[in-house]
Amino acid sequence: MSRVTKFAARDPGAMARMAGFMAHLRQNGFRLGVGEAETALSALTHINAAHPDDARLALKTVCAGCAEDAAAFNTLFDSFWMNEGRVRTRVMPGTTMQSRPNLRSSMESQAQSGSAGQTHSPDSGEGEAEADGSGRLIATTISNLMKKDLRDVVSPQDIAQAEQLAARLGAALRDRRSRRRRAASKGNQIDFRRVIRRSLATGGEPITLPRRTRPDRPVNIVALCDVSGSMTVYARVFLAFLAGLMRADPNTDAYIFHTRLVRITQALRDADAMRALNRLTLLSDGFGGGSRIGAALDQFARSYARKSVNGRSVVLILSDGYDTDPASDLGAAMQRLKKRGCRIIWLNPMKSWRDYAPVAGAMAAALPYLDHFAAAGSLDDLARLEPELTRL
Amino acid sequence: MTWDALKTDMAAHGYVASDDLAMALHIALSLGRPLLLEGAAGVGKTEVARVLADLRSTNLIRLQCYEGLDASHSIYEWNYQRQLLAIRASAEDGSTGRAVEQRIFSDEFLLERPLLQAIRQDTPPVLLIDEIDRADEEFEAYLLEILSEFQITVPELGTIKARSIPIVILTANGTRDLSDALRRRCLYAHVDYPDRETELQILRARCPEIEDRLAHQIIGFVQSLRGEELEKTPGIAEMLDFAAALMGLGIADLTDDPTVLQATLTTLLKTRTDRDNIAPEVAQRLAGQAA
Repeated sequence: MSRVTKFAARDPGAMARMAGFMAHLRQNGFRLGVGEAETALSALTHINAAHPDDARLALKTVCAGCAEDAAAFNTLFDSFWMNEGRVRTRVMPGTTMQSRPNLRSSMESQAQSGSAGQTHSPDSGEGEAEADGSGRLIATTISNLMKKDLRDVVSPQDIAQAEQLAARLGAALRDRRSRRRRAASKGNQIDFRRVIRRSLATGGEPITLPRRTRPDRPVNIVALCDVSGSMTVYARVFLAFLAGLMRADPNTDAYIFHTRLVRITQALRDADAMRALNRLTLLSDGFGGGSRIGAALDQFARSYARKSVNGRSVVLILSDGYDTDPASDLGAAMQRLKKRGCRIIWLNPMKSWRDYAPVAGAMAAALPYLDHFAAAGSLDDLARLEPELTRL
Repeated sequence: MTWDALKTDMAAHGYVASDDLAMALHIALSLGRPLLLEGAAGVGKTEVARVLADLRSTNLIRLQCYEGLDASHSIYEWNYQRQLLAIRASAEDGSTGRAVEQRIFSDEFLLERPLLQAIRQDTPPVLLIDEIDRADEEFEAYLLEILSEFQITVPELGTIKARSIPIVILTANGTRDLSDALRRRCLYAHVDYPDRETELQILRARCPEIEDRLAHQIIGFVQSLRGEELEKTPGIAEMLDFAAALMGLGIADLTDDPTVLQATLTTLLKTRTDRDNIAPEVAQRLAGQAA
């Protein structure tokens, strides 16, 4: 095992290394607390910890919490323990936190210096604000390989505003087919547990009959946002809206698409709005590039939708419908998606234009599958949707 | 016991586990923590619990989750009819209110549901909480106390502590995201479709009398079928059904008879679109590759 990382002599020992590894995982988006570190250490006592492959499997079991974590774990393990990481990844407690490019800072001043994006920005990365100066965006069929720093596109204030709006919209989209029952004075079913309790007072004579009913339940919203070149001007609004939606309701799911489809749910749900945007920036290769709506939706319908979209879902598509793929692709993808039993709402910023007609081939192909087709270009437009969504 | 010993033991009981899974089980058993298994339908998540119960020769207590599952179906419920009768009876022989209350809220009137049953066993059972993601979030909250403290609080009786700590296996298909609180209390393993070698071992373990050539063909065929675009990817159970069907029909070679092959595909393809997608020519091509 010559590849095993050699730690410096001043390194304080195995416990600190584990703590360092936990910090390393945390920095890479794992949600781990002190409890996990403890479990990890005790797990290592039950195996042959000197054997790297055993240790890898054991730590994976303890530290990974979902499929994405499990997939990323091996690389992270190698980068820390097997000498494959960059120097930066060997985090030992005791190094000053501020000296590193910090992805977790909640301090605005620091986050805005632009240094957080430097490992990914295509220029020299001197840490100046020009780091994303290449944001001149034109509609194109090729993917834009530049990183777009989304902190320029959305501000935390927007998110706070959108959050309130999203909470209202979420409440407007209610589902009336819950199966769990709650106590209610005018319910349609008798709550036996409480009948017995009450009847004790009257010597076993059930005089009052408490009732239960099925409450309305929120649906789960899945939002797909087009961030291709033609949509750049609206991206600010829509991304803030998505972030708001994610924070207002834990049942929602968000994706962005341009030439590919990217899931951004985890990133947007970060408790720190600034950090959420940072994480989003890391995910947004190709922001403002070409648009392949058909392909992206098809990918969605085949992969994520099979898990998360059901009869209780509302799929929100935020796009202008300008697609470089053949319109038939989009039609097929929409049909596939619709078959999952969900309701589909398409919000098109162009629809609010005078004399707009959905003539773009893709838009026309998608129309038959939509439950609602509305205009939305700003947060106000979105707010105006509330009564219409209630009727759905 | 080391994790590879566990792996061999499970193999002896007819379950071929991947390294990931064997290690996860080993850690979960040594630490006494619940294990969350996630993966597509039909990769053998539920089977893990059954084999584990076999291996330890204990009971398997299974809680199948569904939407709307609540405490009265999963933890405990009072026997209302008997309670009502008891109240009436005691009213006639004139016992005091307090005595009646003590009596009707006692063990005698408590109906055990799977979770309560699991923590009141004398020997640690295997508790399988199947398809936890089908239940709603409220139900996850019920589980938190049970999974971390192994105790259940019944307001009328007080807290019931576990007599023995059950081995808890939770399974999920990824229908929805589970809450962080629940994930944090569990160890985690992702179960994938097995690779060619592992699946061959599974087939041999389950159908020992199968001929080598046919076994290779079946696995090759099913593995390449999983690569096709299907609505429902066939799992391990489907593969075993397929093998059983072929053996029952006395087929020695997949490429022999296209009509029979097409007919036996019913065991693998469970929707109409999938049937249409895998036309006889496609099936023949896949079978040809496998042979």
